[in-house]
Amino acid sequence: MDAKKPNGSGNGTKGSNEWRVKVGLAEMLKGGVIMDVTNAEQAKIAEKAGACAVMALERVPSDIRKEGGVARMASIKVIREIMATVTIPVMAKVRIGHFAEAEVLQALEVDFIDESEVLTPADEENHIWKHDYRVPFVCGARNLGEALRRIAEGAAMIRTKGEAGSGNVVEAVRHMRAIVSQMKKLTTMRDDELMREAKELGAPLELIRQIAKTGKLPVPNFSAGGIATPADAALVRRLGAEAVFVGSGIFKSSDPETRAKAVVKAATHFEDAKAVLEAHEELGEAMRGLDVRQMEEKDMLSTRGW
Amino acid sequence: MKIGILAVQGDFEAHAAMLERLGVETAEIRTPAQLEGCDGLILPGGESTTQLQFLREEGLADAIEKFAKQGGAIFGTCAGAILLATEVQNPEQDSLKLLDMTVLRNAYGRQIASDVVSGPTKLKSEPLEMVFIRGPIIERAGPSLKILAEYAGKPALVQRSQIMAATFHPELTDDTTVHEHFLSLVAAGASQAAGSAKS
Repeated sequence: MDAKKPNGSGNGTKGSNEWRVKVGLAEMLKGGVIMDVTNAEQAKIAEKAGACAVMALERVPSDIRKEGGVARMASIKVIREIMATVTIPVMAKVRIGHFAEAEVLQALEVDFIDESEVLTPADEENHIWKHDYRVPFVCGARNLGEALRRIAEGAAMIRTKGEAGSGNVVEAVRHMRAIVSQMKKLTTMRDDELMREAKELGAPLELIRQIAKTGKLPVPNFSAGGIATPADAALVRRLGAEAVFVGSGIFKSSDPETRAKAVVKAATHFEDAKAVLEAHEELGEAMRGLDVRQMEEKDMLSTRGW
Repeated sequence: MKIGILAVQGDFEAHAAMLERLGVETAEIRTPAQLEGCDGLILPGGESTTQLQFLREEGLADAIEKFAKQGGAIFGTCAGAILLATEVQNPEQDSLKLLDMTVLRNAYGRQIASDVVSGPTKLKSEPLEMVFIRGPIIERAGPSLKILAEYAGKPALVQRSQIMAATFHPELTDDTTVHEHFLSLVAAGASQAAGSAKS
């Protein structure tokens, strides 16, 4: 990247092919489960259980929540070990707005970067201009406006924010329903109503017009944040998620290997209640969940970023 | 004509969209029973390790082998090509062994090496646009395989009678050439089956 250009100076000349392979990788992950892992051993378990990708991080969200302090990009040593251990794509998180961490992860050649509210934000005003990178980005969103702002910045995949590390699916459900119903509304609107909607949502008109036509995000739409059981995975898939991220839900449960496999099964057979039942049969105890309504605003991770 | 698309994990929707453009009926395949009544089957891109798990544990592998034996047409892209190979390396991995070839997984490197390129093809006079995403390389193609397209000196699209594999993703382009060729194999298989039923 040219040092004189500010972060956010454009898409370069070979934008279109680059964009296609970025969204292309997101397409390849559809129907699957992306699992948070903190070391190579967990990554191996995730891959063996059928995860379609892993997210390398230093602490899972529920531990970040418990231990507090500043949560940053994971240690390079750990990410490298994970990359060397599994053959599936390896994702890693950067702090919101921390484009230097993102450059480091790109130099490391991770397959996907998550600009994530789970880490402590580095910039409370600006997100990363993601068009500048060859590595694709995923970003969290609570509603359609937020999703489209991230896509306009270059995110090649959107996931609901949910409430990470809570073991409570309620926020992921809220966010997925919001995104899907706002898209549906756009498809019913007249052309002359779309500008006002763009203003209300705080989203680029061009993307609003596109969704009014297609009823879909221009990038894959996944779900994350609080998914802890196979039925949780089936629920968000039924509501429109094209794949799921499971964070603390796997390795904070009493039975990571069985649970990882069960969630993978349910994410694929989400429309088949018998298969989801089978996925639940062998399970032990899920992670302990938090009542999001008892949480204070300062403890919510989903309100980070805009 | 109805084409099944393995939908356990991967870019099955991109294939469905391509076939819809060509006016062909599609069905998402997640169980062996859903394969009944399909004239062709697509094994999409995605993660071959994930897909393999479903194939092995839910009876899909047997169903696909039976489908191939009965003359059903099969087309695998990227992960799907890996599943069809007789031998998989980097690392070694189980497969359906329906095409005599050796495939190296993630052979171009990580996502940063993914790219849109073009290469010569026997299917049309212009070069074929190829989208590679963490793509494999066909290191060895057995004598039974016809090589229909190449990239950088390696086979990228191969065929043996009604079974075909691509290391790239024609479903992520606007070019319908490769899918149309697959549909011609499906149609040829169907008329052959009808012929043998008559005789």
